[in-house]
Amino acid sequence: MSATTTSDRVLMEGSEALARAAIAAGCRFFAGYPMTPFTEVLEHLARLLPEVGGVCINAESELEAVGMAWGALATGARAATGSTGQGLSLMQESFSELTLAELPLVIFNMARGQQDYFQATRGGGHGDYRHIVLAPQDVREGVEHVQLAFHLADKWRNPVLIYGDYLLAHTQEAISIETVAFPELPKKDWAVDGSLSGSGRSRGVTSLGVSKVGEPAMGQEGKAQYIATKIPLMEREVRVEQGYCDDAETVVVAFGSPAKFVKYAIAQLREAGHRIGYVRPITLWPFPYAAVAAAAGGPNVRRVGSFELSAGQLVEDVRIGVGGQAPVTFIGGVSTDHSGFGVGRILDVELIADRILALHEDRELPLIPGYEQYSYQIQEHQK
Amino acid sequence: MSIIDTSSAPTVPARKVEALKPDLLLTQEHHMCPGCGEPLAVRQFLETIEELGVATRTIAVAGIGCYTSFSGSMDVDLVQALHGRAPSVATGVKRMLPDSLVFTLQGDGDMVNEGLQEVLHTAARGEKVTCILLNNGVFGETGGHMTATSVIGQRTKNSLDGRDAEYHGYPILIGDLIAQLQGASYVARGSVHNAGSVARTRKMFKRAFESQLRGEGFTFVEVLTMCPTGWFVPTADGPTYMQETLGEVHIMGELKAEGRVRTTEELHAENVAKQRELDEQIARGGIEK
Amino acid sequence: MSETPMSEPTVSIKSRGTITIDAGHCKGCELCIPACPPRVLTMSTAVNHMGYRYPELYPGCTGCGACLYVCPDFVFEVYRFEQPVVTEVSERKQ
Repeated sequence: MSATTTSDRVLMEGSEALARAAIAAGCRFFAGYPMTPFTEVLEHLARLLPEVGGVCINAESELEAVGMAWGALATGARAATGSTGQGLSLMQESFSELTLAELPLVIFNMARGQQDYFQATRGGGHGDYRHIVLAPQDVREGVEHVQLAFHLADKWRNPVLIYGDYLLAHTQEAISIETVAFPELPKKDWAVDGSLSGSGRSRGVTSLGVSKVGEPAMGQEGKAQYIATKIPLMEREVRVEQGYCDDAETVVVAFGSPAKFVKYAIAQLREAGHRIGYVRPITLWPFPYAAVAAAAGGPNVRRVGSFELSAGQLVEDVRIGVGGQAPVTFIGGVSTDHSGFGVGRILDVELIADRILALHEDRELPLIPGYEQYSYQIQEHQK
Repeated sequence: MSIIDTSSAPTVPARKVEALKPDLLLTQEHHMCPGCGEPLAVRQFLETIEELGVATRTIAVAGIGCYTSFSGSMDVDLVQALHGRAPSVATGVKRMLPDSLVFTLQGDGDMVNEGLQEVLHTAARGEKVTCILLNNGVFGETGGHMTATSVIGQRTKNSLDGRDAEYHGYPILIGDLIAQLQGASYVARGSVHNAGSVARTRKMFKRAFESQLRGEGFTFVEVLTMCPTGWFVPTADGPTYMQETLGEVHIMGELKAEGRVRTTEELHAENVAKQRELDEQIARGGIEK
Repeated sequence: MSETPMSEPTVSIKSRGTITIDAGHCKGCELCIPACPPRVLTMSTAVNHMGYRYPELYPGCTGCGACLYVCPDFVFEVYRFEQPVVTEVSERKQ
């Protein structure tokens, strides 16, 4: 990737920056349903897309939003949809099936916290499918990731999901929307435009493994096998950032906005002489297992921590990556604001540093303020 | 022996007036059961597209039902949608390719059960697509289960004593609902239970497609089709059964055309007149297209 | 077709058209039988390779196409003769 144009930096809300990046990537269709903290992405696209001859539809539901994007994608257009994790739950049937149909959908997930890690990386839909998941740590990286997402989606004919959050969508940063140049991709000769109707060579965009009469048909099982063999190839797209791992005694894994906080806390702890390193998965799928394994296998590593704003989802991939080389501890926690939309009390550098240091010094993790109030107490009949 | 040899074309001078199958159908073979009404509708809308000369800008969006098996044999660019979701997919296609003729092919289970809000909102938005509903009042593909259009008293696999309004609720007259929406420019309900009705349905397809191509709004053609397998009646009884059940409730006719919404009573009177006219045409030796 | 012995009484039946029947693709639904206005289609006694009986044509076809309109299996083609064809058939067999 290389930047081809530069423009002046302007103070811009993350949602607008992502929307402008989508347009810079050639996105010409968007459909969505308002939902905090995703809403502003839809707002900006509703305003900006018509200016470039595109279409943005305020769909009647998330089910319809993804269906509309599906139709636009089938014509070869770059198209996207989005929501929060809750809205994406409604879209899961389509996510599964349009992956089988090999449609290059880009999904903007402005999630409420990081509790949708499993949804993004495992999916809530049926069947065997994987979506490439990019997790930008800030708006600047988000602008790059959005363009990368459209490229990867077309490169693999597979959906790509941007895992963002309240901070990514609503933080204002001074940025410029720089168009990223990618290698040229093949023409979309599979896309429908009607031109081959009646020629005996008409096209079908389908998840079912059905083909036109006279052409070899994969069948449902064949189609599933075909997609299954594409999955390991897409694993080449793994992206990861790491720091201070060479001599680290403790390695912390974190992604997205919280990773930026973790990196800052670790830099401070380093200055105080603590040998702590970090691994930041940039792609949540494919997960950087090899990088986590290498970091955990460092000569001094004694423990690995997973910091995430959830009850512990990323930690499962961290354990797979570490592969028993060191004990893995979950050091994050559920964290949203009172509305459930924001990122919550745990996203605080001091609190994060406290927890990392406790892990590093093999102390018990400090209690998160306010947590004791809602701790589940075992009932008599459950003992 | 007076049986005529019909294995090949006549040897005396003759003009072929009807072809074996539409040109837009790659093969005459399909997986539909004997006596199924769906292929009758498929023939008519494909031939209408040929007649209008718009094949090379036609895109189909298929729902999920028995008719999905035509997705491989219809020689038109096609997008396969999920059950119920075809109108949204068609919306995305049409918005990106506004000069194309876009139609959906859906059944009553697909459109009226699973995807009711999709079709209503697509109509309300005035999306310039044509939704085609093949309505047989049952889930044919699963073996004859009640749908949202099954009529009161209709026996299905999960309404064994007949659909009971008190217990199962009332059928949805989808065409009537859509006709009320401002975004819809043409709404019609045809049927394939006899040759005259097939010919009338053909005209409905033509008017709907023409309205779409003129960019007037959302267009909708519902076709009542026989499903003797799902109804558990002999194939030869299908048309009569259909007329006496679905046909009595889902009244055939143009529910909305040229800005006018028609009442059930108006449609019924029109139907009597039109059937008489068609019967006369057939008796004279052929239906005028 | 019109090889009727001289001794038998015959009638002339005029056909304005005819059809071809792809009996091999017929699924025997019988929808064409009542659809035919001149009632010149009957179901065969023999069956095709799928085990279905199929329609057979007797003289008197008008080429109206009603059979084709109601045929789910696309087995018919319809022709109209330039000059009507007259068939002499045995009165008994009528």
